[in-house]
Amino acid sequence: MARFKKKKSSGMQAINTSALPDIIFMLLFFFMVTTTMREVTLIVQVIPPEASEVQKLEKKSLVSYIYVGVPMKKAKFGTESRIQLNDAFASTTDIAEFIATEKEQRSEEDRPFMTTSIKADKATRMGVITDIKQELRKVGALKINYSSRKVAGISY
Amino acid sequence: MASRKVPEINAGSMADIAFLLLIFFLVTTTMDVDTGITRKLPPPVEDDTEMDINERNIFKVLVSSSDRLMVEGSLSDIRTLKEDVKEFMTNPGNREDLPEKELRYIENLGDVEVSKGVVSLKNDRGTSYEMYIKVQNELTTAFRELRDDISLRFYGVKFKNLINKDRRKAVQKAIPIAISEAEPENIGGN
Repeated sequence: MARFKKKKSSGMQAINTSALPDIIFMLLFFFMVTTTMREVTLIVQVIPPEASEVQKLEKKSLVSYIYVGVPMKKAKFGTESRIQLNDAFASTTDIAEFIATEKEQRSEEDRPFMTTSIKADKATRMGVITDIKQELRKVGALKINYSSRKVAGISY
Repeated sequence: MASRKVPEINAGSMADIAFLLLIFFLVTTTMDVDTGITRKLPPPVEDDTEMDINERNIFKVLVSSSDRLMVEGSLSDIRTLKEDVKEFMTNPGNREDLPEKELRYIENLGDVEVSKGVVSLKNDRGTSYEMYIKVQNELTTAFRELRDDISLRFYGVKFKNLINKDRRKAVQKAIPIAISEAEPENIGGN
């Protein structure tokens, strides 16, 4: 019968893409929520040591970071381990001021929960770290965290 | 007035805009979770008064500038450190040269023997940070396993799976993390 003309199959059928924006938006929101912008540009090289007994740092807004490592531009700044606070090289005497500024930025009730995370390269000598620790003790920033990468078991 | 039809906005490029934003966040995102070993530093001391701790209560760990380990005055290895610490803290045979234990009443647990032992960790200025973290890691493991033991004995679950806050506190009280990061000392000469 001519009434029901068989549709000629014209190759592939177009896929309905009207839901595509929704999918993309879903992904977008996921990344927007999980994203944390890098606040400082590293000018020292930091390869964290490995440890199995690590704890997650909760409340990132209450953490101040101290970076220790060999400068990236070795030709210009040498190969000695240096401390980086914010975006610049610093010496141990600058730590007190750095912690004071960090404290000021937090509200009164958050200050007791502030943590200082020491992000040091694994090849660093303990002398620098000890100096930092002594300086932190002086200013009363006693909660510290030795930043390290989580591995299942450390190799001896 | 007759309701005029509002012309529909073409939403075809919506996906493109969303893609643009998505790619921006994809690029700027850093998924690294910050992890590390948490420690509490001792408050600064005003005067150099000797701490009154019995010799038998201190477990001395020393990391030399060449990353070698000295435990209680003799050369040791990092592989045995964990068991050494555990034995020291529990003192199963009630030996004279291992730390004293104090019977203390802890809420939720009852009377528990709490060790008075303290692990004293000393390092040289020349010790590598990697080795230091390894030692810290071993010490933490020892204390974590001790807590697991207590937790398993009383509550039947490991410490990290213990949800009840009061119970966690009780276990923490029974096994306090007694690691002292001692005053710096220049031992090895650097």
